[in-house]
Amino acid sequence: MFNVEKIRKDFPILNRKVNGNPLVYFDNAATSQTPLVVINSIVDYYSNYNANIHRGVHALSQEATDKYEQARIKIQKHFNAAKAHEIIFTSGTTHAINLVANGFSSLLNKGDEVVVSAMEHHSNIVPWQMLCERTGAILKVIPINQEGELLIDIYQDLLSEKTKLVFCNHVSNALGTINPIEKIISEAHQVGAAVLIDGAQAAPHIVANVEELDVDFYTVSAHKVCGPTGVGVLYGKEDWLNKLPPYQGGGEMIAEVTFEKTTYAELPHKFEAGTPNICGGIAFGTALDYMNAIGFDAIALYENELLRYATKKLLEIDGLKIYGTAKHKTGVISFNIEGLHPYDIGSILDKLGIAVRTGHHCAQPIMDFYKIPGTVRASFSFYNTKEEIDILVQGVIRAKNMLQ
Amino acid sequence: MKIKEIQEEIIDEFAMFEDWMQRYEYMIELGKSLPLIDEQFKTDDYIIKGCQSKVWVHAKLDGNKLIFTADSDAIITKGIIAVLIRAFSNQTPQDIIDADTAFIDEIGLKEHLSPTRANGLVSMVKQIKLYAIAYQTQLN
Ligand SMILES: Cc1ncc(COP(=O)(O)O)c(C=O)c1O
Repeated sequence: MFNVEKIRKDFPILNRKVNGNPLVYFDNAATSQTPLVVINSIVDYYSNYNANIHRGVHALSQEATDKYEQARIKIQKHFNAAKAHEIIFTSGTTHAINLVANGFSSLLNKGDEVVVSAMEHHSNIVPWQMLCERTGAILKVIPINQEGELLIDIYQDLLSEKTKLVFCNHVSNALGTINPIEKIISEAHQVGAAVLIDGAQAAPHIVANVEELDVDFYTVSAHKVCGPTGVGVLYGKEDWLNKLPPYQGGGEMIAEVTFEKTTYAELPHKFEAGTPNICGGIAFGTALDYMNAIGFDAIALYENELLRYATKKLLEIDGLKIYGTAKHKTGVISFNIEGLHPYDIGSILDKLGIAVRTGHHCAQPIMDFYKIPGTVRASFSFYNTKEEIDILVQGVIRAKNMLQ
Repeated sequence: MKIKEIQEEIIDEFAMFEDWMQRYEYMIELGKSLPLIDEQFKTDDYIIKGCQSKVWVHAKLDGNKLIFTADSDAIITKGIIAVLIRAFSNQTPQDIIDADTAFIDEIGLKEHLSPTRANGLVSMVKQIKLYAIAYQTQLN
């Protein structure tokens, strides 16, 4: 049974006060909070078996290597990847996307086309723009409608035999829209294009089955699924990962080095140069165990209830407008109040102990689309409650009264 | 009045407030009453782009004194601008160069002047100083 009061006890940070008020944490889309089991796995690593991996013959190194590789397998199983070496540890989604974009530099030619959605995080725009600058490839954009949904008809028109790559998020961080990635992937494959799905925002709410999706690349950041910051993974189909050249050179990623020629290590090590975030990778595995024990179906059900409750309550406030009203969305509410600036609302909510995000959410093209400077974004997690939503609503009303 | 004296006056005023609510309400009032920057200067040439809010600053020399006008799209940011302008406008460039901004901490608005807020205010303070340096060279 899903019991939020019991779950809240797992998160030490939820006990703290901010500006004299109990913390109400609604910035989960930026970073989720960390349960004690994950904190303990970090402490355990540094207290008991901290060592460099894949290098030592000694016991600690062996233990650390085993735990790290077990974490890789947990992540593989979670996303249903065919092989463990299709899971590449990275420092997060940004790193994962850059790794792929860099690899495609040698595979794209002038005049090739790549397709991006209009609702991407800057992490899933800028690396591709850089790629286009390097290769002379052309960037095409799938537009969105007022609800914040992709215009799939136009997407289909954008695709041609010139299209080499499509990249799109599974869930939008600024709007919460869940994109129809099954369709995006299958349409792209029909013209022979590869697809990268940025799963950073989806991972806390939806378990992507990469085999079933037949996706070529899928990226995740641990810090959005109750894990630590600075670690994440790139899932890539084995064929693609073999085709892409290494991203960074260094230790760990080589088979043999002479000054004449270096041969690269096998997957996944080819893409894992240098000492990785060993502890982070292990704690990432623990975080997925934790969330799986609660159950992603139960999490999605509960978060959806929070979303519906908050949407209803917030819309009762005069002049409040929600951006992102897609039929399928996660627990993200981006809003503005007529005549008020999001920064002002966010500053007052902060004084009340309520953490929301304000600004353009690293998705400036979306803000330009709606012709707004930014929004206030409240994003929910399974450890939030309806009582906290009531506090948010009261806070917004208070801010509105102060500012108007 | 000298910058230092004005700053002390501002600190005294803010000391009367009992809690953040009163401080913020005052800032919001200040923000609303800030004389607007001339529309012709509300352009990209005068903008300081923060991630969170935008700030426009314009400076002109009147005799040997620098006059600042500024604006922002966020009202709390505008309130802080009003405080900064009160302290730094209508002063000589040299006095502006020599002045410090620690009084912002003392009136409990430090968080708004943190670079992580990305609201354009930190850059605004820098910009005020840069204008002062530029006009000082011109006066010499
Ligand atoms: C959709 C999306 N993509 C990419 C990122 C970047 O993730 P990271 O900063 O962990 O690399 C984020 C994080 O905010 C995101 O929401």
